[in-house]
Amino acid sequence: MRYLIALILILFPLVGAADDWEDRLIFNEGAKGAHLRVISSTDTVLFAPLIESFVAQYPSISIEYLVSGTADINRRVRATPEAFDVVISSAMDLQLKLANDGFALPVEDVQVPSWAQWHHSLFAFTFEPATIVINRAAFEGQPIPQTRQGLIEALRKRPEEFRGKIGTYDVRQSGLGYLFATQDARASETYWRLMEVIGGLDVRLYCCSGEMINDLADGTIYVAYNVLGSYAEVRTEGKDALEVIFPSDFQTIMMRTAMISEVTQAPEAAEQFIRFLVSQNPATPEGHSPLPFLRSDTDMTERETIGLNPALLTFLDGLKRQKFLSAWENAVIQ
Amino acid sequence: MVPSPTVSGSLRNRLVLALIGGAAVLAILLFFTVRSYAAKVAQQGQDNILVASVASILDAAALREGALEVDIPYAAFSMLSTPSDDRVFYAVFQDGAFMSGYDDLQLSDGPEEEQWTFHTGEVRGERIRQVSARRTLVGLGKQTEIAVALGQTQDALSDTLDQISRNAAYLGLGFFLLTAALSFWVASTTFGQLNRLTMSVTRRGPQDLSPFKKPVPKEMAPLVLSLNSLMGRLDQSLSQSEDFIAEAAHRVRTPLATVRSYAETTLHRVERKENREALRAMVRAIDESSRAAGQLLDHAMITFRADHLEREEIDLVDLTRELVQRLTPIAEMRELSLSLTGEPSVPYSGDPILIQNAVRNMIDNALKYAPADSTVEIDVDTTPGIQITVSDSGPGFPPDEIDMLTRRFERGQNATGTIGSGLGLTIAQDVATAHGGSLVLTNQQKGGACVILSL
Repeated sequence: MRYLIALILILFPLVGAADDWEDRLIFNEGAKGAHLRVISSTDTVLFAPLIESFVAQYPSISIEYLVSGTADINRRVRATPEAFDVVISSAMDLQLKLANDGFALPVEDVQVPSWAQWHHSLFAFTFEPATIVINRAAFEGQPIPQTRQGLIEALRKRPEEFRGKIGTYDVRQSGLGYLFATQDARASETYWRLMEVIGGLDVRLYCCSGEMINDLADGTIYVAYNVLGSYAEVRTEGKDALEVIFPSDFQTIMMRTAMISEVTQAPEAAEQFIRFLVSQNPATPEGHSPLPFLRSDTDMTERETIGLNPALLTFLDGLKRQKFLSAWENAVIQ
Repeated sequence: MVPSPTVSGSLRNRLVLALIGGAAVLAILLFFTVRSYAAKVAQQGQDNILVASVASILDAAALREGALEVDIPYAAFSMLSTPSDDRVFYAVFQDGAFMSGYDDLQLSDGPEEEQWTFHTGEVRGERIRQVSARRTLVGLGKQTEIAVALGQTQDALSDTLDQISRNAAYLGLGFFLLTAALSFWVASTTFGQLNRLTMSVTRRGPQDLSPFKKPVPKEMAPLVLSLNSLMGRLDQSLSQSEDFIAEAAHRVRTPLATVRSYAETTLHRVERKENREALRAMVRAIDESSRAAGQLLDHAMITFRADHLEREEIDLVDLTRELVQRLTPIAEMRELSLSLTGEPSVPYSGDPILIQNAVRNMIDNALKYAPADSTVEIDVDTTPGIQITVSDSGPGFPPDEIDMLTRRFERGQNATGTIGSGLGLTIAQDVATAHGGSLVLTNQQKGGACVILSL
């Protein structure tokens, strides 16, 4: 199964993508029923099993899965909302603003906790913490830091070894990176100190979690800050070299959200897809699922995650964003 | 039968309708009052939060090195979170020029002296409540005005209002039902008093004209008072007329006896046949008059005794036997015989004089109509109830008049030629009623009248 997807992933760019998508894949091609265009920030390798089980359940629906960055998704949906039926993104703030601005179609009676949905139009379906991923080799004989403060100390202790070997999101490009950064900054001053430290060590800036983990794996960098736990778990599987740290001082937990475009061509199929997404159980019968789905039956609470409420609009305000980015640039790009 | 009174409307219905109508009006009034008050309070709540949010944004504005900085606090929008996830729109303006937020939001202008301007309008197809406010910032040699408009949809508000409206409706309905039930209860207890009075009037005996002494509600006191006074006058005039009749009968009887003895004496003296005939007719007429006078007296006495019934333990058989013995000579004069049958002894608690009078009238009546050489049967029995039956083998009662014969001075059509006043059966009936019994007139199948005095 995974090999098949890998094969498709390798072959697909050769077939030729009309648009400059990170990835573009059609499932159940040639089905007679509705054609769903899903734009998503989630890598195909993580999402494909889910879509396959969806089309197995609804064989008449075909799905075109388009992958792009969170900021790009936001731009594209605002520019041509009619070109997409379902929008999935990890940037909760951008998604909430889309919904608030009227780009989402409300769906009634979707079985999610009230804190995992907004205005009946934006639905959270995963639970993904931001993590620190390190290359064990760089910490040989040293204690592995468990907190941000611990990381600061480790970096300060051996600055020359880590120079140019630290990676994090370029918050100017990545919507998710910006969301993590703003939430970190809200949670603790430690964030700014850490940014200053890694800024002083010539931090490498990335657009996406995937690239960061690739560079970690091949030793280009030793430490990646604010990498998505779900990606890290998949990539570190079978690689003892990498370790995923869930910082114990405070965790920033993102929920992947989905919504239906207000001008969708296939509202019924899109609604079925949304209901299918939120009904996923973390323990799928086929075994381990790469995406950590929300569980409504556990004691998982709203408190742990980034709140899905209008406060997310705050850092998207033009003036506020300008101020935040200039502070970030001051700290990171020295 | 008493004719039924002309009925127009019902006090009870009127009372119930008035109470229920009033309750309905009050319930509707309650519903709208609660609803409009709740709407005001809910709107006030939303306005207060919007004001707090705008205030926190204005507060975060500052002039730094001549440039305006607005560092919107996270709480400014966080506090706008509602259970219905209302959409939020905002815009920041500097000196009237749009700076950030939603450029389709307009600043609303209110009165100059008010710091906050409230406005309900439409943005992107949604009804929103909007607050606008301004603040002047003074920097080094520069002055600038920042204005913030903040709008929020009203889904949570209308949800709350729906809920309150529903609850208010339940409240109003509950109030109405309770009041309706109460008004039925009030009406039935109020008219229960009236019914009780009616019952006690109905249940009274025909001769009972004593005033009502049971307590009645204040509102009914005048009715009872006038009823009592009416009955008092009635009682007085009744007893006056009874007294008058008794007095008249008494006064007539004594001279009649005198006239009769003179007539008898004269009858012995006169020789001429036609004179004797005339005198005999005169004596017969005098007998009839004196008998009528006697019965009138009896009747007056019975009316009086029935009003003040004094019961004592008697044996009906002894009483009847004594009467039969007394009447046997009269019966023999008419060649009739009397036979007494039934139980050997029937103890009863009643007025002996009244019962004796009644039975004598019944036997008298039978003697008058029974043919010669027949027997008048008198039976005292205890089954089905205590009753004294007098039956003869005469012509019987005319069937079409049987119901009227117990009325005063009412005589059967076949009574012509028989001496009688028409009071005999009336007396028997009055006695039966005074003892809580009845007088039944029937005709026997084999012929002849049958009078049953049930006690």
